[in-house]
Amino acid sequence: MKHIIALLLENEAGALSRVAGLFSARGYNIESLTVAPTEDPTLSRMTVVTTGSDEIIEQITKQLNKLVDVVKVVDLSEGDHIERELMLVKVRASGKDREEMKRMAEIFRGRIIDVTDKTYTIELTGTGQKLDAFLEALEEGVVLETVRTGASGIGRGERILRI
Amino acid sequence: MEITGAEITVRCLADEGVEYVFGYPGGAVLHLYDELFKQDRVKHILVRHEQAAVHAADGYARVSHRPGVCLVTSGPGVTNAVTGIATAYMDSIPMVVLTGQVPTHAIGQDAFQEVDTVGITRPCVKHNFLVKDVKDLAATIKKAFYIASTGRPGPVLVDIPKDVTTSRCEYVYPESVHLRSYNPVVKGHSGQIKKALSLLMEAKRPMIYAGGGIILGEAAAELTQFVRSLGFPCTNTLMGLGGFPATDPQSLGMLGMHGTYEANMAMQHCDVLLAVGARFDDRVIGNPKHFFQEDRKIIHVDVDPSSISKRVKVDVPIVGDVKDVLAEMSRQLAAGALKPDVAALKAWWTQIELWKARDCLKFDRTSAIIKPQMVVETLYRLTKDSDTYITSDVGQHQMWAAQFYKFDKPRRWINSGGLGTMGVGLPYAMGAQLAHPDANLVCITGEASIQMCIQELSTCKQYRLPIKIVNLNNRYMGMVRQWQEFFHGNRYAESYMDALPDFVKLAESYGHVGMRIEKPADIEPALKEALALKDQLVFMDFVTDQAENVFPMVPGGKGLSEMILV
Ligand SMILES: Cc1ncc(C[n+]2csc(CCOP(=O)(O)OP(=O)(O)O)c2C)c(N)n1
Repeated sequence: MKHIIALLLENEAGALSRVAGLFSARGYNIESLTVAPTEDPTLSRMTVVTTGSDEIIEQITKQLNKLVDVVKVVDLSEGDHIERELMLVKVRASGKDREEMKRMAEIFRGRIIDVTDKTYTIELTGTGQKLDAFLEALEEGVVLETVRTGASGIGRGERILRI
Repeated sequence: MEITGAEITVRCLADEGVEYVFGYPGGAVLHLYDELFKQDRVKHILVRHEQAAVHAADGYARVSHRPGVCLVTSGPGVTNAVTGIATAYMDSIPMVVLTGQVPTHAIGQDAFQEVDTVGITRPCVKHNFLVKDVKDLAATIKKAFYIASTGRPGPVLVDIPKDVTTSRCEYVYPESVHLRSYNPVVKGHSGQIKKALSLLMEAKRPMIYAGGGIILGEAAAELTQFVRSLGFPCTNTLMGLGGFPATDPQSLGMLGMHGTYEANMAMQHCDVLLAVGARFDDRVIGNPKHFFQEDRKIIHVDVDPSSISKRVKVDVPIVGDVKDVLAEMSRQLAAGALKPDVAALKAWWTQIELWKARDCLKFDRTSAIIKPQMVVETLYRLTKDSDTYITSDVGQHQMWAAQFYKFDKPRRWINSGGLGTMGVGLPYAMGAQLAHPDANLVCITGEASIQMCIQELSTCKQYRLPIKIVNLNNRYMGMVRQWQEFFHGNRYAESYMDALPDFVKLAESYGHVGMRIEKPADIEPALKEALALKDQLVFMDFVTDQAENVFPMVPGGKGLSEMILV
């Protein structure tokens, strides 16, 4: 099953490679991994999307906790949470496609952030599923380039991850 | 007053109470060596290969319960040390590894003798640091000792660029460290402990399985008291030998791939299993699927939460320091009304005695060729009443040492269990001998393993380390040959040790005593003679039976109770 794991870690050189190295050394999957400093500059927040059986997810959280640079680990999937990912898509937008593209972006609440004669660049946020759905909804061959950030996650309501 | 990073490093070691640093110099660490030269609080032991520096520091740590310390130069010094670091990591040995690095401004430039030390060692250390500013140096070294020796211990590496060793700042060695991201659990959950005890008291066929965590956690006394108060059978892993006295009637000896018949059968057929400081690894429980064909409840005590439910599902997990948890178990047991089921226990012991009667460690005692088991058994008889430490290498000799030397005390048996590194035996003995200068130190090895760190005979001469080397020379990489005999149709591919040196002359050329022993009748007199040479290293080359195999054996992928027996 897919899990979304949130971590707080020391904002130290090498901390990211310790996490990435752990996943590859132990053969765990990473679907995506995002990281950036938090409001407290000594801490980074990371979101890892991974898949595995309950046993594997339990091992992943234990092994992450064992890393000396890792301050806190939470499996967000254990409770209510919000997941968002940002995608930028460059699409072919000429002739009759141009209107259709604009309409599609609107339906998915995307924003066109760059325009040329032949292309649009669309910005879209949402869950990974929504972004997938958008790409699937487009006609074959119109997508010129995509870049996705990977998911960021946060607990709903009073669920707060901080030290 | 401001002092240099090199001086700070050496003062940190002295203030940490470090007795010995095992190392080898080179360009990046010259300033550090200069400072070592100028003082006499910390003694440096010059090895002949960096791998041995790490093994020796590791051996020192294993017998002394203090972190071992080693120092190597950048580049090849580090890469040579990696085997030693990985060996210590796999066995959770507290160690601080100091490595030289090229100057900070040269990092990333493919400078002479530059390697990404932090990157190379990351997967085989508990933690590592690159110190970029001399102001962080003392605090980092303090952290390294703290992390290495608390929780589940392990090696911690501190990489020190050359310019950091010449930069200056005030020296303050922190009294203590606090890391918000590192808080090892000590106390076990008392509710879980209570649950565990009631499960144990309900057991009809209880079993206690104790690993290296007992040794590392200094919990042998607590384990022994607990096991004796219950009257349950107890088995030790290869790493846990000495954690419960081998000569105690409740001891079933070692379990696992080359464990005793009784220990493996009892493991397989028990109904409640208490695992303490052990990790159910593949060499211990064999095929996990087969292990779970029998229904049993498992209680698992370990300081490392990630060891629990990693390979087997556990019914009662207890995270905590094994010493603390075992003491608490004894306390609750004494205070409570629960008692073991005596009648069931009696029937269980009757079954175990039947397994024991299989006499799984028997061997031909009338052979005209020296049987390796006989050498270990005789060594045990001659040294059991004296202060003796045994190190070993990796192979058949290691298993015979583990099977035939009865360890009654912890920290007396030093070997590479996790990584299985050939070549550790002699450097382990060096570190252990330095920690216990008056004790007997015997290295039980094979002619292949000993050659992997044979250069250390020179170190032994320089520091007058009177180690006794028992070389069980079967002219084969015996353990490899055994697998080839059993599983590869007797095709002994590259396992014959051709062109062996004359070990007697080799030992003599280093200034030691050499002996060659060819007849069973000479085993005892030779060992006695060697042990009496208190101030000399003696290399005893025993010419042993080439065809001897280690039994019992659980073949890879098979279940614990599917042993090949003699
Ligand atoms: C560094 C290293 N390389 C290879 C091996 C694989 N290996 C395990 S046992 C063994 C043979 C050991 O031979 P020897 O030291 O003569 O001991 P014996 O088994 O004959 O007692 C080998 C090659 C290992 N454990 N370590």
